[in-house]
Amino acid sequence: MLNRDEDILKAAEDWHKGGHGVALATVVETWGSAPRPVGSNLVINDEGTFLGSVSGGCVEGAVVTEALDVISSGQPKMLEFGVADETAWNVGLSCGGTIRVFVEKVG
Amino acid sequence: MQLSTLAELNAERAARRPAILVTDVASGEQRLVKAAAIARDPLSDELAKHLRMGKSGMVEAAGKRLFLNVYAPTAKLVIVGAVHISQALAPIAKSLGYDVTVVDPRTAFASPERFPDVPLIAEWPDVALPPLNVDHYTAFVALTHDPKIDDPALLHAFSRDCFYIGALGSRKTHAKRHDRLRAQGASDADIARIHAPIGLAIGAVSPSEIAVSIMAEITATLRLPAKEKEQAA
Repeated sequence: MLNRDEDILKAAEDWHKGGHGVALATVVETWGSAPRPVGSNLVINDEGTFLGSVSGGCVEGAVVTEALDVISSGQPKMLEFGVADETAWNVGLSCGGTIRVFVEKVG
Repeated sequence: MQLSTLAELNAERAARRPAILVTDVASGEQRLVKAAAIARDPLSDELAKHLRMGKSGMVEAAGKRLFLNVYAPTAKLVIVGAVHISQALAPIAKSLGYDVTVVDPRTAFASPERFPDVPLIAEWPDVALPPLNVDHYTAFVALTHDPKIDDPALLHAFSRDCFYIGALGSRKTHAKRHDRLRAQGASDADIARIHAPIGLAIGAVSPSEIAVSIMAEITATLRLPAKEKEQAA
C-alpha cells in the first residue's frame, strides 16, 4: 500500500506524540521536469525514518540529512536541488529539473 | 510547524474538508486556513483560486513570499456493481490512493470471497449510498448493467456533484438509459455528465483492461485541464 498524504502527516503527528523529533519537508517550487508536484510532503523523524517523497528518490537521502539538522536546530531551511547543483549537494535530479524544498521542524 | 497546526490539518483531512496551509518561507511563520474561512481571509482571492485548481504554489503578498499548500480530500471511488470488472477495478483504484467502496444488493455478487480487503455493502443504492457521503471528491461508476440498480445510483451521483460519473453500457444501452433517467426527473445536463461508454478508448477487451481504461479516464478527469480533457475523451 502506498503512503498517501494524510497517512504521512498522521505519521508526523504520531511520531511527535511518541516523543520523537520530527521534520516536515515540502516541495515549494519546481522548474523544468520535476518528479513530484509542488506541495508533496516528506516527513522525517530523529531516527532517520521517513515517509512520503519530494522526488523520485533522487534527493531524499540529502533531504533526510538536512532534516536531522533542522530537528536539532529548530531553524527552517530552504534547499535547492538540480542537475547544476551536483557540486553543492552531490545529488541531483536525473530528470533534469530543479526543485526547492522547504524543511521545517514540527512542534 | 506547530503541533497544534498539524493536528488541526489532520482533523480537517479526516473530515474530508479542504484546507490551505500558508507558510512564510523566510520566517517559517504559518497559519492554516480552513475552506470555510477562505472568504474572509486577506488572501481570499489567491486562496480560492488555488483551491479551485487543486494546486499548491508560491505567492507574493505584502512583500512576503508565501507558500500555499492546498490539502484537498483524498479521492473516493464508489463502484456500484460487484461484477467481474469491479474485481479488477477495486485494487487498481486502491493502488492509486482512492478510498474504494463496492455496492451491490445481490449477495451472490457482493461476497467477501470475490472482494477481499474492499469495503462491501450488500444493499440497494437507496440504503447503501446516503451514508457514504458521496461528494465532489468522489468518482462514481455504475457497472451492474441492471437499470433497477444503476439508475437510482446515478440519480444519487447527480445530486452529489461527483467529479466523475461513468456507466457501463453500449451507446444503444446508454440511449435507453438517457430516456429512463429523463423520465425520473434528471436533466439533460445531468445525463450529459455520464461518461458512457465508460473508459478511455484503448481497445480494452478483458475485465482487467476495461478497469484500466476506466481508471485512466477517471485520472484524466481529475488531472487534465478542461480543454485537454475533451481531446482525451
